[in-house]
Amino acid sequence: MTSLDIDALLSNTDTEIIICTGAGGVGKTTTAAALGVRAAELGRNVCVLTIDPARRLAQAMGLTELDNTPRPVSGVSPGSLNAMMLDMKRTFDEVVEAHADPERSKQILENPFYQALSSSFAGTQEYMAMEKLGQLHQDDSPWDLIIVDTPPSRSALDFLDAPARLGSFLDGRFIRILTAPARGAGSAIGRIAALGFGIFTNVLSKILGAQVLSDIGTFVAAIDTTFGGFRERADATYELLKKPGTAFIVVAAPERDALREASFFVERLQSESMPLAGLVLNRVQEVEAGSATEEQITAAAQRLRASGEFELTASLLELHAQRMALKERQKHLAARFESAHPTVPIIAVPAMAEDIHDLDGLRQIGAELADKNNDW
Amino acid sequence: MHSNQDSPSEVVLHVVSGKGGTGKTTVAAALAISLATNGHRVLLMEVEGRQGIAQLFDVAPLAYEETKVAVAPGGGEVWALAVDSEDALLDYLEMFYKMRRAGSALGKMGAIEFATTIAPGLRDVLLTGKAIEVVKRKEKNAANAYDFVVLDAPPTGRITRFLNVNSEVSGLAKVGPIKSHADSVMSVIASPLTTVHLVTLLEEMPVQETLDGIADLEANGLPVGSIFVNLMRPPKLDANQRKAVAEHSLSTSDIERGLEAVGLNSPELIASLEREALDHTQRVDLEARELQRLEDAQRTIVRLPLIPAGIDLGALYELAEIITNSEVTK
Ligand SMILES: Nc1ncnc2c1ncn2[C@@H]1O[C@H](COP(=O)(O)OP(=O)(O)OP(=O)(O)O)[C@@H](O)[C@H]1O
Ligand SMILES: Nc1ncnc2c1ncn2[C@@H]1O[C@H](COP(=O)(O)OP(=O)(O)OP(=O)(O)O)[C@@H](O)[C@H]1O
Ligand SMILES: [Mg+2]
Ligand SMILES: [Mg+2]
Repeated sequence: MTSLDIDALLSNTDTEIIICTGAGGVGKTTTAAALGVRAAELGRNVCVLTIDPARRLAQAMGLTELDNTPRPVSGVSPGSLNAMMLDMKRTFDEVVEAHADPERSKQILENPFYQALSSSFAGTQEYMAMEKLGQLHQDDSPWDLIIVDTPPSRSALDFLDAPARLGSFLDGRFIRILTAPARGAGSAIGRIAALGFGIFTNVLSKILGAQVLSDIGTFVAAIDTTFGGFRERADATYELLKKPGTAFIVVAAPERDALREASFFVERLQSESMPLAGLVLNRVQEVEAGSATEEQITAAAQRLRASGEFELTASLLELHAQRMALKERQKHLAARFESAHPTVPIIAVPAMAEDIHDLDGLRQIGAELADKNNDW
Repeated sequence: MHSNQDSPSEVVLHVVSGKGGTGKTTVAAALAISLATNGHRVLLMEVEGRQGIAQLFDVAPLAYEETKVAVAPGGGEVWALAVDSEDALLDYLEMFYKMRRAGSALGKMGAIEFATTIAPGLRDVLLTGKAIEVVKRKEKNAANAYDFVVLDAPPTGRITRFLNVNSEVSGLAKVGPIKSHADSVMSVIASPLTTVHLVTLLEEMPVQETLDGIADLEANGLPVGSIFVNLMRPPKLDANQRKAVAEHSLSTSDIERGLEAVGLNSPELIASLEREALDHTQRVDLEARELQRLEDAQRTIVRLPLIPAGIDLGALYELAEIITNSEVTK
């Protein structure tokens, strides 16, 4: 396996942004936090942007308040570690406030369509994670490395695609036509009818209610005059991801579905020439390599069972054989990934016996990530 | 043959939710087979557009049409339906405005996708509306078309909103056909006709999500059913052995003599076995703690084993039998 030198990546001051992506539940947040701790202990000034961390992990990092600003994590030196939890609604509000005068931003923030958009729209979380990354990555920011966790979504690709999709949607044809009257273009109505859209607005207003349509109209009008297109904005942050100082780390569980997902993502990064640092294969089964094969161990356990003696040894051997079998299965899956993507470095991180919810747990994961001699 | 008079409980709609990837689709399918056992007719519905049911039963992707996918022990039938919000919207337009054709034209223009994107609640209205239509559907002889409906539902984080969307609609639309439709949907969902089951694993995050989900559902007056604990593995070491492991008083010489008997004795292997015993003990303890937290929630708990070879049709019947023997369908 080509191995990934995490310490070299973290120590290199050219590395400015690390993005941890992967399918839901594979360990993105844990990996991002562990990399943050390790980088700070290597001397970097780090900010970790987490998304929905498990409660105890959040507490361990001192993230008790969701106030959308990085807070220092104590007990990490000689560099420094700051951490924050993304509050997507707050981030969206801040974007509005930064671009509109107080009166207009009040008007936008109170708009019911805006409220739905900023708190529950598909893709808003991804969009706002990117937005926040853009804000954190300013020239005058106090950190020299930003580590980004990504939202739990079915597909890792959502992180790349959702912002642009949402941006296009908000800038798109239907929303313009629909809201044309509210934007003061009276003649658009005639145009709509000509295009056969009359029925469209008619049906929509039946389903959505005329109020919703008018809210959308007001919202789009207000937004239009304050900042340019949503799509444009999404595209701008997207460009940040292509810069040489950015590194993607794809996290996957050693399971078929997760690795398939990781493959899609890796191929996409490659096709867009985005900088991929490597794959973290998280929660792999470790087994001390002995000289006996799984078959020998299983056979020995069976013999002991049959003899009716040494039950403890038999159980321990069965446990051992189970783990060897699991490891074999996982290695087989990893090998398939590797043959499809021979240039992608892989690091295996063992499954710990317990969940990771304190700094020591994160240090342990960090050490595993950096272990170049791991021959799993 | 199929009326739900002879079924022991009055629940007709079983909603299956849980954290992503914990086994919602698998459990929903096994539950459907279990409910169909002994001559019932069951509809298994999915709403997330992922064709998980077709994959599971190894049939061609489901169209917007009820399709028989399995038979159950004792002559029952499991039918399946993948509900798509666009088709459900056409149903809806037809129902209220006799506008199916106009609706189809909109669909071609991408307008429906648009409408369901700007109002994500709309999608939920359509999907839950379809589920209730099926629950209430009668045959000519006035018997229910289906004895039970099992819904492979959105994950825990979205389930309350999903099920409650019609009460929001009802609040928004003060009068008219939409309001009465929304009210009639809620009169089934928030009633003893419905029950919401949650699937979890014995790990901290899914258990926490389950407990939060139960609290949330209850706070919104939605009926909570059972907890399905999936992927359970029996401990390899018994309680006494685990106690010895935890206290570091496991007898090394015992293990050594055992290994000697099968010609595998080596200090390295002993060290590995001891380390693994400790690891295993910690895992089992953690699982026991998480199970306790679930038990404190005072719900029926159904334990489903990890099927080592993975889920195929045979495994679904195996899981269905376990469900049949549990309290859930009693
Ligand atoms: N190597 C590991 N060993 C043991 N437990 C782990 C390991 N990595 C992660 N976990 C645990 O797995 C759970 C999920 O991890 P995490 O929250 O990092 O995943 P995620 O990819 O961020 O999930 P989501 O997609 O829901 O955001 C957590 O409880 C975490 O403690
Ligand atoms: N009891 C079991 N034994 C073995 N494998 C299982 C078991 N239950 C589920 N699985 C496997 O776990 C994986 C996830 O299961 P499933 O698709 O049912 O979960 P889900 O909650 O519906 O996921 P999603 O949130 O993606 O819809 C599948 O590969 C399935 O075959
Ligand atoms: Mg996460
Ligand atoms: Mg599913």
